[in-house]
Amino acid sequence: MVNNAVEVRDLHVVRGRHTVLEHLDLTIGGGVTGLLGPSGCGKSTLMRCLVGVQQVAGGTVTVFGEPAGSPALRARVGYVTQAVSVYNDLTVAENLRFFARVLAADHEAVDRAVESVDLRAYRDDVVGRLSGGQQSRASLAVALLGQPDLLVLDEPTVGLDPVLREDLWQLFHRLADTGVAVFVSSHVMDEAERCDRLLLMREGRILADGSPAEIKQGAGVGDVEEAFLAIVRKDAR
Amino acid sequence: MNPRTTLAVAHRVLIQLRRDRRTLAMLLVLPCILITLMWWMYDDANPLLFDRIGPALLAIFPVIVMFLVTSVTTLRERSSGTLERLLAMPMGKLDFLVGYAIAFGLVAAVQSVLAVAVSVGLLGLDLAGPLWLLTVVAVVDAVLGSALGLFVSAFAQTEFQAVQFMPALVIPQLLLCGLLVPRPLLPDVLGAISDVLPLSYAVDAMQHLTTSSATGQVWRDIAVVAVFAAAGLALGAATLRRRTP
Repeated sequence: MVNNAVEVRDLHVVRGRHTVLEHLDLTIGGGVTGLLGPSGCGKSTLMRCLVGVQQVAGGTVTVFGEPAGSPALRARVGYVTQAVSVYNDLTVAENLRFFARVLAADHEAVDRAVESVDLRAYRDDVVGRLSGGQQSRASLAVALLGQPDLLVLDEPTVGLDPVLREDLWQLFHRLADTGVAVFVSSHVMDEAERCDRLLLMREGRILADGSPAEIKQGAGVGDVEEAFLAIVRKDAR
Repeated sequence: MNPRTTLAVAHRVLIQLRRDRRTLAMLLVLPCILITLMWWMYDDANPLLFDRIGPALLAIFPVIVMFLVTSVTTLRERSSGTLERLLAMPMGKLDFLVGYAIAFGLVAAVQSVLAVAVSVGLLGLDLAGPLWLLTVVAVVDAVLGSALGLFVSAFAQTEFQAVQFMPALVIPQLLLCGLLVPRPLLPDVLGAISDVLPLSYAVDAMQHLTTSSATGQVWRDIAVVAVFAAAGLALGAATLRRRTP
């Protein structure tokens, strides 16, 4: 039995002249874990490391006891990039059927995924003609196809209306309740309150780690945004 | 490699092509129109020349068209993030490449059947060898074009650059393949260069088919083109990286 879905040890990533992740140590368990921080702080790079598509300068990333990106993990980890990574010239259903075949998922998986992201009315529309929010939901649906044990979601709720955002967060929690480890990044601080555990990231380092309540209490303030500011100021001193 | 994922890729590429009606129409109709144009040009001036150029064109079109289509579509996969997503899934690199090769090979087969039907049926091109073998040559040529296109897409950052690889990689082969000057008449140095270019063998195969009913030399040429195509696919696979900076 592996307690932690993800274990990151001394992870170091350099891109060009910039150090993106600085000797990071981290574990991620069950529940919904939020990765919060400003744009450019290394969130996407960390997520790419978990999926095993990022070249790293040093350190290890272990997922369910295996090195990240190893063949045995590829069907167990669902990944949504920040860009909409589905085919623009296919319909929602055609996209999902294709990825379902790659993942060897059953036929109902397509219907379930469409249902989960509330795209029933658009399933036979070509993705390129959908709105930005609908496109990113189609991209999210692909990650739900294979019934993964770990979901890595890079800013999945950008540009969505509040009702839909609420629905998706409920979906993340429902998945987490069934045992899926959900790892979500966001730069919107008001989403922080919805996470079971929060990681605050800045310039490639994790500045704070705990439940939203713990983080607010630790910083002695009433909301996560203020807590983030207080922690950054303390760190700068 | 896994047949399920390979066929899934091929099927998906064909659906994408079917949706893009304009591209599909151009893929199928343009070669016929261009061959007809060549026939028309030479019909009064030098009808015998068309018998030499016609077969060369049948070899060249699949290479050029598939080179362009493949380099642009794979570049699109790289830049849209779908390739990264697929490589994070249980998908072999060869599944991806061979899936593309199958889909474009099928399109090339249809394209060639149409072009051959026009050349032999309407324009009076004489064919000594079997018709089906000509289609085999065209499909292998198309796979060669796809393999070259896949390979160069790794070195292009934009679709603009990808298209520029055509004058760099394909046009020199086109000049030396025997279309303009028969290969035995080329200066020694150029002849030697022409001997190591895959398109020369593609054109040779077609010319053998139109002049002789013996198929031994055709199969040898097909083998050479197939080796180049396989090498292109292998190099293409080497440029597909699961981990990127």
